[in-house]
Amino acid sequence: MTSAIDLVLVLVVVLDLVVLASSRLRGAIRTVALQGALLSLLPVLLATGGQAPLHVLLLALGALVVKGVAIPGLMLWAMREAAIRREAEPIVGFVPSLLLGAAGTVVAFSLSGALVLPAPGRQALLVPAALVTAWAGLLLVMTRRKAVAQVLGFLVLENGIFVFGLLIADVMPVMVEAGVLLDLFAAVFVMGIVMFHINREFSSLDTGRLTHLQD
Amino acid sequence: MLPLLVLGPLLLAALAAALPGGRWRRRLLVAGALLHLPGVAALWLRPPPPTAGGWLGVDAAGLLALSTTSALFLACAVYAQGYLAAHPERDDRIFVSGLLAVLSALTAAALSRHLGLLWVVVELTTLGTAPLLYFRHDGRSLEAAWKYLMVGSLGIALALLGTFFLALSASGPGGPRSLLLPDLVAAGPSLSRPWLRGAFVLLLAGYGTKMGLAPFHAWKPDAYGEAPGVLGALLAGGVTSVAFLAVVRAVQICQAAGEGAFARAPLLGLGLLSMGVAAIFMAGQRDLKRLLAYSSVEHMGLLAVGVGLGGAAVSGAFLHVVNNGLTKGVLFLAAGNVHRAFGSKHVDVVRGAARRLPVSGPLLLAGFLAATGSPPFAPFQSEFAIVAGAIHDGHGAVAAAVLALLAVIFVAMGATVLRAVQGDPGEGAPRPEFGDRLLTAGPPVALLLAVLLLGLWVPRALAALATAAAATVGG
Amino acid sequence: MIFAALRVLGLLAAAPLVGGVVTRVKSRLAGRTGPPLLQPYLDLRRLLSKGAVLGHPTTWVFRAGPIVSLAAAAAATLLVPLGGGPALVAFPGDFLLLAGLLGLGRFATALAALDTGSSFEGMGAAREIAFGAFAEPALLLGLVVLARAAGSASLSGVLGPGLAASWPIAGPALLLATLALFAVALAEGSRLPVDDPETHLELTMIHEVMVLDHSGPDLAFVGAAAHLRLAILGALVSRLALGAAPPGLLPSPVALGAGLLAFAVAVGVVESTTARLRLTRVPQFLVAASVLSVLALVLLLR
Repeated sequence: MTSAIDLVLVLVVVLDLVVLASSRLRGAIRTVALQGALLSLLPVLLATGGQAPLHVLLLALGALVVKGVAIPGLMLWAMREAAIRREAEPIVGFVPSLLLGAAGTVVAFSLSGALVLPAPGRQALLVPAALVTAWAGLLLVMTRRKAVAQVLGFLVLENGIFVFGLLIADVMPVMVEAGVLLDLFAAVFVMGIVMFHINREFSSLDTGRLTHLQD
Repeated sequence: MLPLLVLGPLLLAALAAALPGGRWRRRLLVAGALLHLPGVAALWLRPPPPTAGGWLGVDAAGLLALSTTSALFLACAVYAQGYLAAHPERDDRIFVSGLLAVLSALTAAALSRHLGLLWVVVELTTLGTAPLLYFRHDGRSLEAAWKYLMVGSLGIALALLGTFFLALSASGPGGPRSLLLPDLVAAGPSLSRPWLRGAFVLLLAGYGTKMGLAPFHAWKPDAYGEAPGVLGALLAGGVTSVAFLAVVRAVQICQAAGEGAFARAPLLGLGLLSMGVAAIFMAGQRDLKRLLAYSSVEHMGLLAVGVGLGGAAVSGAFLHVVNNGLTKGVLFLAAGNVHRAFGSKHVDVVRGAARRLPVSGPLLLAGFLAATGSPPFAPFQSEFAIVAGAIHDGHGAVAAAVLALLAVIFVAMGATVLRAVQGDPGEGAPRPEFGDRLLTAGPPVALLLAVLLLGLWVPRALAALATAAAATVGG
Repeated sequence: MIFAALRVLGLLAAAPLVGGVVTRVKSRLAGRTGPPLLQPYLDLRRLLSKGAVLGHPTTWVFRAGPIVSLAAAAAATLLVPLGGGPALVAFPGDFLLLAGLLGLGRFATALAALDTGSSFEGMGAAREIAFGAFAEPALLLGLVVLARAAGSASLSGVLGPGLAASWPIAGPALLLATLALFAVALAEGSRLPVDDPETHLELTMIHEVMVLDHSGPDLAFVGAAAHLRLAILGALVSRLALGAAPPGLLPSPVALGAGLLAFAVAVGVVESTTARLRLTRVPQFLVAASVLSVLALVLLLR
């Protein structure tokens, strides 16, 4: 089990870097979908037997449906619907964001040395992987100009938070489900993007154009 | 009792959404406010024990925020009658039910004794206010709503991460394995330190974003600038107070765990930074509502400074929650009236508001004086308490910095407000149909009277409550 | 010792075949028959039987380029443990020498290209060196990861029989390092998606444009050196990837052959399924490889 969990988490981290480096929005959306699907394996792999098996399965299934299928599907639909161009158009270039991501990885791994998991017997790779994913998400939101790419960053951030949620799943299972509310945001964003389009107030979904309000 | 306070407005919101339309829908706002306020008043007289498995309960800090919100909501509800009547072309279904839902969420946040529940309801306030921001259905309000949601969602996500960290710090051997505030406070020193510190930083960033502390304030001028006056008042007086309460909860837990100093230092820094940023952006600000937004950043900074100083300044900060909330109500509602009457919120267009709007114009001026801490208004009392507390505890440099920033802000804000209020309105497109009415001018006047009253005489119960709230965070 | 020497000879002999297999895989995937497997040997023999033409402005630097490059590549083969057996020459830190020899070959070729004074070749040299600068950290970091995982500073210790034991312990890190080194191998071997070995448009070439002026035996040397570099890195990557198998499962010559074959097929598949990256995106590809190495290192140091 250990090696399977490690493998999943390393892949999650690699996918973070892939998203940071990808210049095509559709490819990035699919990468995030893959990441979500991988994460949905974790509840099952991490199950200690302390939780009801049905609950674990539902959590995994829910994560798969929401993170792996529904939200990415919605985003791809929005891309088609709003005829969004496929380039990601970053503010910070791909190589710098990749390097920032790598730097974040190093920091996350060294920080996680200090963050000892209170409950022993857990996977040590979980904390750094979650931190890296959250950091990558923040980076994406901050360094991308396009609304879709920002929403994608939010999804990645959410994935990182989801991993943290798994750590407390057997102590406070309710909190993990509360995280689903974040997906509500993502859905709202996607709807907002489509609305942008329908509204025709902004001919491109470049948040750089959202500059009417400033000092 | 407590669940009723939360569920009542929610039921009314559902009713408002279900009603086919007409004048009755907007009256539900007043009905909700009139049911809510006595309920809150009853909490003052006889605080009930925690209910709903300990998830809901009353404490001093929560009651302060709740009372402010409730009083503000009543004023906004009455004002909204006039506001919505003046805009019959806009569908008020979402507006009315959204406001009631936000009231419910704010009540739940103020009463919440569980940090998970707190997070959920703060998130709901974010989601609930976004469609209200888009009430005018134009490009600018869409942009404001987008930015509000984007920045707000990041804050909310960080706050959830912080909540998870907190849960992890509490789930070690001997930990309370719960997110109930009393459990966490009681467990204090047995919480895992590194996780607790991480949790505090994330909660501060997350809820600090909701509060609008610099450097997380980017959404505030845009959202407040485009929000209808009612919503601006509720955001600046209610939502920020509740977000401040959430930060206070985090400080409370740190204090109990012996990490109080760790928690206070960044608060103090962010507070001073916020005041500085507000001072810079208020200078030369030509947009009235954006000016008020930066004033809100300033006052959130002041709250953070008060709690960040610790000691004698803290009770002043809690008093300031009430004073700031009510004053923001005066300012936003008055500014809304000015905006409507002139069809603009720019001082290039808005001139001589005192002549065209004999009530709202002077009201804006009085609100400005109150917000900048001039006697005899209430914020003077609380700001004085914060500064005096700082000096008393030997933080002379902080006190000097705060006073200097307050002086700069007074001048900067005064320049813009005076330009709008004084002078000759000129011939430019008078909109007489949007003059002062009882329903739109009355509520801010009432709020101003309350601010004046609190400035002249602080009720003993209120002072006691502020002291009690301060005691939980080392004041 | 004897076996190690025989393996080195085997690699020297089989190196052009790796390129042949890659071409065959690509042809098959494209639905063509393709040139015979031994075509690279035929090409080399044809070139060796010709005379060399030298441009007017060229000096001895131009002649020395192919020779130094081939010599460096040949020397590098001595350092690589082939098929699980020890290398002919092994000492602590020899992986640095390996990287150095590969760099020396690149340096000599680029210098020869600059010596022609032709703008095209100067452009090719500039690109080759620029991308080489991005590939180097990935290669070195990848090798450091291996050294760290095995607790040995010598390639023979890293890729020797102990490799099977370190896979279960440091699996994810080794996997990432393998991916990074595979990317480096594609770059060093001038393969897609970094460089297109079959392009005939000078403006898009990298390696090929550098050697436009070479002819006859010089060109044969350049070609042989390129084959060798690909084969060396192929032997390294394939040994790493197949190292999870228990030691002694296959005799080392068979393991070497199988590994090279697998590597060649993998390269062929990659070349058939990817397009050449825009030049501005190549550094990104190589930085990504470095980042993978960093990640692997972080996983190990944790």
